[in-house]
Amino acid sequence: MRANHQLLAAAVTAAILLPFAVSAQTPGAGAQTAAATGDARNGRQRYLDYKCYACHGYSGQNGPGTRLVPTRMNMAGFLAYVRNPRQMPPYAANAVPNRDLADIWTYLQTLPRSPAAKDIPLLNQILNEK
Amino acid sequence: MAKPKNGQVDRRGFLKGAAVGAAALVATPAAAQAPQQTTPPTSPQGPPRGAAGPSAAQLAADTGEPPPVSSRLVQNPGSDFMVDVLKTIGFEYVGANPGSSFEGLHESIVNYGQNKMPELLTCCHEESSVAMAHGFAKIEGRPMMAFLHGIIGLQHASMAIYNAYADRVPVYIIVGNWMDGAERANGVNSYHSAQDMAAMVRDYTKWDDEPVSLGHFAESAVRAYKIAMTPPMAPVVLVVDHDMQERPRTQTNLRIPRLTLTSPPAGEMGAVREVARLLVAAENPQINCGRAARTPNGIKLLVDLAEALQAPVNGGGDRVNFPSRHPLAGSAIGEPDMVLNLEVQGGPRSTGGRTKAVSITSGDLFLKSNIQDFQHMAEVDIALGADAEATLPSLIEEVNQLITADRRRLFQERGAKLAEAHRLARVQAIEAGAYGWDASPVSLARLAAELWAQIKDDDWSLVSWQGFISGWPGRLWNMHKHYHYIGGQGAGALGYGAPAAVGAALANRKHGRLSINIQTDGDLNYAPGVLWTAVHHQIPLLTIMHNNRAYHQEVMLVQRVASERSRGVDRIHIGTTLTEPNIDYAKMAQAYGMYGEGPINDPKELAPAITRGLERVRRGEPALIDVVTQPR
Repeated sequence: MRANHQLLAAAVTAAILLPFAVSAQTPGAGAQTAAATGDARNGRQRYLDYKCYACHGYSGQNGPGTRLVPTRMNMAGFLAYVRNPRQMPPYAANAVPNRDLADIWTYLQTLPRSPAAKDIPLLNQILNEK
Repeated sequence: MAKPKNGQVDRRGFLKGAAVGAAALVATPAAAQAPQQTTPPTSPQGPPRGAAGPSAAQLAADTGEPPPVSSRLVQNPGSDFMVDVLKTIGFEYVGANPGSSFEGLHESIVNYGQNKMPELLTCCHEESSVAMAHGFAKIEGRPMMAFLHGIIGLQHASMAIYNAYADRVPVYIIVGNWMDGAERANGVNSYHSAQDMAAMVRDYTKWDDEPVSLGHFAESAVRAYKIAMTPPMAPVVLVVDHDMQERPRTQTNLRIPRLTLTSPPAGEMGAVREVARLLVAAENPQINCGRAARTPNGIKLLVDLAEALQAPVNGGGDRVNFPSRHPLAGSAIGEPDMVLNLEVQGGPRSTGGRTKAVSITSGDLFLKSNIQDFQHMAEVDIALGADAEATLPSLIEEVNQLITADRRRLFQERGAKLAEAHRLARVQAIEAGAYGWDASPVSLARLAAELWAQIKDDDWSLVSWQGFISGWPGRLWNMHKHYHYIGGQGAGALGYGAPAAVGAALANRKHGRLSINIQTDGDLNYAPGVLWTAVHHQIPLLTIMHNNRAYHQEVMLVQRVASERSRGVDRIHIGTTLTEPNIDYAKMAQAYGMYGEGPINDPKELAPAITRGLERVRRGEPALIDVVTQPR
């Protein structure tokens, strides 16, 4: 890797972060209520195959991409966004079929949410340091 | 050095050694050669079958008086004087992968110089030697040496030299060469020699010379140090003739010039006053730092300036320029109307006329044509070609003289708003740190938090770049001393991380500091032999692998290209990932004699593993913990 791409990556990072923005103060909030209609097991494999983890982490909530857990978009919104995103790279249907996107969205609903920072003693300790 | 394969001689000097041996025989006076030429070969099995009895000449040679001293013995070799010079300058260490072009200096360092000041460190790659010196200098504030073997060593080292150049770090390099074409042996000696050795790195070094006498060496060696240490600091190269190292010293009037470092250039006072006026008049100023704090005092000066103005300081990612938890650490609220860039390379191409911009950098005093590290031509209202840290005292004084009671009240109000913004940013960082807290692989925020909990009461030093770990140490840790963070590669080239960490840890060792290296996997695989160097020389350093099993930045970048071309992203792992097989870094460390543990996938196992690693490091050893991590 040649780190002269750092600025570019930072731009990509910012680009990916913006559209999905979930309030940083409310981890665990915004629970997805839409019914999961895809195949979560296939969604997990597709999440890996399509390297969604590269920007969103294996957890769906780490890395330069926005947090996908909890997901704020319903499935229709998710599909529409991936086809024509404002910031992140676009994924055409020939590259990522709708069926796979639906499965990925369903898989995202199964990923565990994070504890709130206030419930993590180590982070509280750091916050309270001078 | 790697063992030769299949009985072949190694690249470094064995062929050359044979050639020199033959040359020495030819050059030996006839009287000294006679016994060798006339003595029959002997073997454990006795005389050769059918051999005749010894001749009278052979008997005389065997039983007669040998010459009292071999004419091949050398008294007072030139390289001893070179070591005197290097000791006078005060080098503590020289990193080297051995090579015959500097064998004279090598021998003088370890025998004549008693391997102290400088001590020779065995390196497994020339890039490691120079990158170690790079890391060392960023902690210690002065150069470490690297000896390089002719063209091949210099080429191996060239990337590390460019990194140090781009990072404005002084590194002192000596390269061996066979200058005399009439004496140089054919074969590898010739392959390793050059007419103008330093030419290949001249685009990214500050100064070089190839002295032709010992007196010349003394002068150039001192001058090289002085130039390297004058801002903008950068690597320097001395090319040293092999034969000059070997020949007896004949000059009796050799002297070593006194070293007096050049005072860093400070800004012209008229310009400094105008900058102060703009800063005090600004409603919403912003101070940006690149490599502004050259010394620990630079941090104090920046705090003084920021507090006088109650202006925010973007400390940048290249050094600890400003304490990370200072209430003024951060950016202006809204668009600034005045930006002060301190040792920032490049800058905004245009501020659109809305923002006054001032640049203070010694980089304006030293530019070269070929390499484009100078970046875009920044549009500024005032440009001071001066060292920022050297200019800060007069700038602070001028600012303080201009601040009226009314301005001070306004500054205090501004400062209170900035402090609140800083507090909120810190809360947000903590909340973001919770994301994926219990996930496997381990989140980088958790890795940084778990580490911090166990080192914060030590005198610690983060000796690795945090760009690939989403800046989590800077967001969670309290960085306020210059050695708390030393920035990154300079030119952004991998292969810097592991050796620079070892070099920085070496510098920290005598101060009793706890050195921490959060090590990316891709970087370590460039030249992992530096782990052995750390073990061999007992350099305490805790290495925590950020093992995302990829050159991950390229995963993201190739993925972006593929998606924009609608060609699918299911093959972008080709050429970008480090899997199949996964690399076992604990075993790698163990192979080099280092304590190694992992791979750790479960975040709950991380804290106990860090504890075990730190136990080793606090005893004076290096240790490595392999942590499988989220990509970023």
